[in-house]
Amino acid sequence: MKQVPQKDAPLKLNESAAWIREDVSYEVNEPDAYALEEALRQKEKHTGEVVVITSGPARSQQVLREALAKGADRAIHLEDNAFVGLDAFNTAKAFAAAIKDEKFDLIFTGLQSDDYGYAQTGVILAELLGWPHATIIMQIEKNDTGIRVKRELEAGFFQFVDMPLPAVLTIQSGINKLRYATLIGIKQAKNKPLRKVTLAEVQSAIGENLQKIERLYVPQKTKKTEHIEGSPSEIAKKLVDKLRNELRVI
Amino acid sequence: MPDTILVIVEQRENKLNRVSWETITAGQAITAATGWTLEAAVVGASASSIAAEVAAKKVAKVYAVESPKLEPYTPDAFAEALKQLLAAKQPKLVLMPHTYQVRDFVPKLATAMGRTVISDCIGFKHENGKLVFTRQMFQGKLAADVSFTSDAPWFATFQNGAFRGDKAEAGAGAAPVETVNVEIADGVVRNKPQEVFKEAKQAVDLTQAEIIVSVGRGIKEQKNIEIAKQLADALGGDLAASRPICDSGWLPMDRQIGSSGQTVAPKLYLALGISGAIQHIVGMKGSRTIIAVNKDSEAPIFEIADYAIVGNLFDIVPPLIEEVKKAKAGG
Repeated sequence: MKQVPQKDAPLKLNESAAWIREDVSYEVNEPDAYALEEALRQKEKHTGEVVVITSGPARSQQVLREALAKGADRAIHLEDNAFVGLDAFNTAKAFAAAIKDEKFDLIFTGLQSDDYGYAQTGVILAELLGWPHATIIMQIEKNDTGIRVKRELEAGFFQFVDMPLPAVLTIQSGINKLRYATLIGIKQAKNKPLRKVTLAEVQSAIGENLQKIERLYVPQKTKKTEHIEGSPSEIAKKLVDKLRNELRVI
Repeated sequence: MPDTILVIVEQRENKLNRVSWETITAGQAITAATGWTLEAAVVGASASSIAAEVAAKKVAKVYAVESPKLEPYTPDAFAEALKQLLAAKQPKLVLMPHTYQVRDFVPKLATAMGRTVISDCIGFKHENGKLVFTRQMFQGKLAADVSFTSDAPWFATFQNGAFRGDKAEAGAGAAPVETVNVEIADGVVRNKPQEVFKEAKQAVDLTQAEIIVSVGRGIKEQKNIEIAKQLADALGGDLAASRPICDSGWLPMDRQIGSSGQTVAPKLYLALGISGAIQHIVGMKGSRTIIAVNKDSEAPIFEIADYAIVGNLFDIVPPLIEEVKKAKAGG
């Protein structure tokens, strides 16, 4: 799971113009919330354990606390500000190193993040672990040989895929209905185990980034936009005038 | 020998995915800037017919990468086939459209080769001999120029609509097609895909709609959808939504606009409380006129809007409904 700036948070560039200023509000990356929910539902159906993992500075522990409150059993936090700047390849390598002694059957990730938007980390992790993967998943059923998943394709098409375990799945938003944490869940979360992993512990597994953000900037507008201002009723009148006389749609 | 750019076009059920022409255009533009050579590849059980189609464009060569194991598509087989092709041909830069299929196999392919993918790019720049790729970050609020710091091959994928497919230049004559037979060992392919299908026939076809009123998260609650519906009715248009609204079940999935829903190009697209995530924009940016109402003046939807109204949609929509009704009644 990943912590990302809130959807409507105004973002400012930092002094080096290579990243944003950190003084914004954060939330859990939306597809990751669906991935967690799906893990909790699979556990409720088949028993087992749900472990949540994230990387990032101290603030990102909030994502793990919320997940524990919703029902995850334990958490792993790769805690260091440096993790924010890793590319997808190194992030996946850090995760692979942090879970090398674990014995998971399934790893879920959100299909992409709202900040970088690589849509890669889950698939890279699968390859590093030598596991099969499937992306943009809308349904998961256990069967005799492993699992049957429903992949979303483009333009309204879908496909079922049978695959063995262990496997990595990237989860599409909307696969399920998200739950809220209960008061008792929030209370219990305080006593659930949270393992911290330092940068030093996984440093040997990661290397130099293979891609580099040269600069970050506010995109230049290519379209001329006319602002319509005034009171709501003035705006309504102006807009209807445009719809009628310029766009000729009414 | 000059460096080579290899465009991997996409085929589905033996038909070229049209978005591939955009990637060919991108490849031709990078070739023009760098002086590198442009080649293309088609991967599939019977790639030859599509390879011939691609060979009509201005490319130096087309590879038809074939194996019976490439049908149906699996990430294992595609990554294995392309690994063999790239090891043999050694291109500097590999370009692909950022489709769901490419997203499924290219991170695996690059990782298997110890390389990286700059994904979902919207353009490139060639500055002082250095190639950088522009991509959107933070849901389109910011843009980044990204460079490769690893050895070749470099992988980049382009967002749908980043280049014009109809601008792909034709060649003077047909480019040579080379069939590359790849060996995919038993056991490489672990997933067993079933038939591709469409969910119960889509009840609503928004692609033909002339006026669309579309709602996003800013609508806040399911019951508020009603005012958007009233506006759509007053305008004689159709109601649509961004993905989160359909995910929440507030409107059926067949009213969803965007990469996982329908792609529309109406005369008027009225976006109410839609922030304008990339996944939504790719489904509606072809609209002739876009009007956006959003309380966040920095919402990315305003980047592509013709008319911007920064304000609370709950203040603006009710008088707008009345004005539209009045205008219509007045003939």
